[in-house]
Amino acid sequence: MIYVAFFAGAIGAVGGAIAVIAMRNPFYSVIALVIHLVSLAGLFLLLYAQFIAAAQVVVYAGAVMVLYVFVAAYVGAVEEPLWEPIPGQRFLAPLLAAALLVELSIAILGTGLSALDSDGPTLPLGFGTPTQIGNLLLERFLIVFEAASILLLVAAVGAVTLAGRSRGSPDVDRAKEPAA
Amino acid sequence: MTVTWYVVLSAVLFAIGAGGVLIRRSPLVILLCLELMLNAGNLALVAFSRAHGNAEGQVFALIVMVVAACEVVVGLGLIVAIFRRRLPLNVDELRGLKG
Repeated sequence: MIYVAFFAGAIGAVGGAIAVIAMRNPFYSVIALVIHLVSLAGLFLLLYAQFIAAAQVVVYAGAVMVLYVFVAAYVGAVEEPLWEPIPGQRFLAPLLAAALLVELSIAILGTGLSALDSDGPTLPLGFGTPTQIGNLLLERFLIVFEAASILLLVAAVGAVTLAGRSRGSPDVDRAKEPAA
Repeated sequence: MTVTWYVVLSAVLFAIGAGGVLIRRSPLVILLCLELMLNAGNLALVAFSRAHGNAEGQVFALIVMVVAACEVVVGLGLIVAIFRRRLPLNVDELRGLKG
C-alpha cells in the first residue's frame, strides 16, 4: 500500500517537473508546477511531515502559485527564439543535467550512511505535527524564525521597490497604447 | 520503503530542475525550475529527518520554503520591472548588468 502511494506521488512529482520544463506556454508550466507540489505534499505525508505537507499545499501550491499565475497572465506568452549564444546548448544542457543525476546517484547509493538503507526508527507519537514544529521553531530555532520574518519583510519591500512605478523613469504604461 | 528511494527521487527532481534552468530562456520558467530544485532539496531534508527520527530537518525544510517565497517575490518583481521597461523577456539578451 505504501509502495503504491509512494510511486503515485513520485510519478506525479517527476511528471509535473518534466511538464514544467517541456511546456511552451509559461502558464501551463505554472499549472504543471502545482501538480508537482501537490504530489510532493503527498510524499511529505508518507514521511510523517504533516505540517510541512499542509504548508506546502496552502502556502506554496496556493499563495505562491497565484502570484505566478498573475505574473504569467500579465506578461503573456513569451516567444523563445532559436538563437543560441553557446552553440549546441540545446543538446549540451540535458547532457549536463544527466551527468549531474549520475553523480548524485553515485553519491547517494555509494554512501556509508546506514540510516538511509532502513525505514528509519520508530517515531514517537506527534512527530511532525504543528505542535512539535511550533515548539522547535519558538524554542530551539527562535533566532532562525526571527531572521526568516526579517527576510520576508525585506523581500516584500524590495519587490514593491522593484516593480513599483517610479517617477521620472522612462516607464511606459502599456495599457494606454493601442493594441498592436 | 527505505529512505534511499526518497533521496534518489529528490536527486532526479533536482537534475530535472537544473536541466530546465540550462535549457529554458524565459526568466519566468527559470524561476519555476529554481522552485523545482529547492523542492528537491526540501524532499531530501524531510527524508533525512525521517531517517534520523528527528524533526529538526522539517524546521529546516520550512525555512527553505520561506527563502523560496522571498526568491519568488523578488524574481517576479524583477520580471514585472523588465516587462514594464519593454525589454525582451529573454535571459540571453539581458546579459549586461549595467543600469
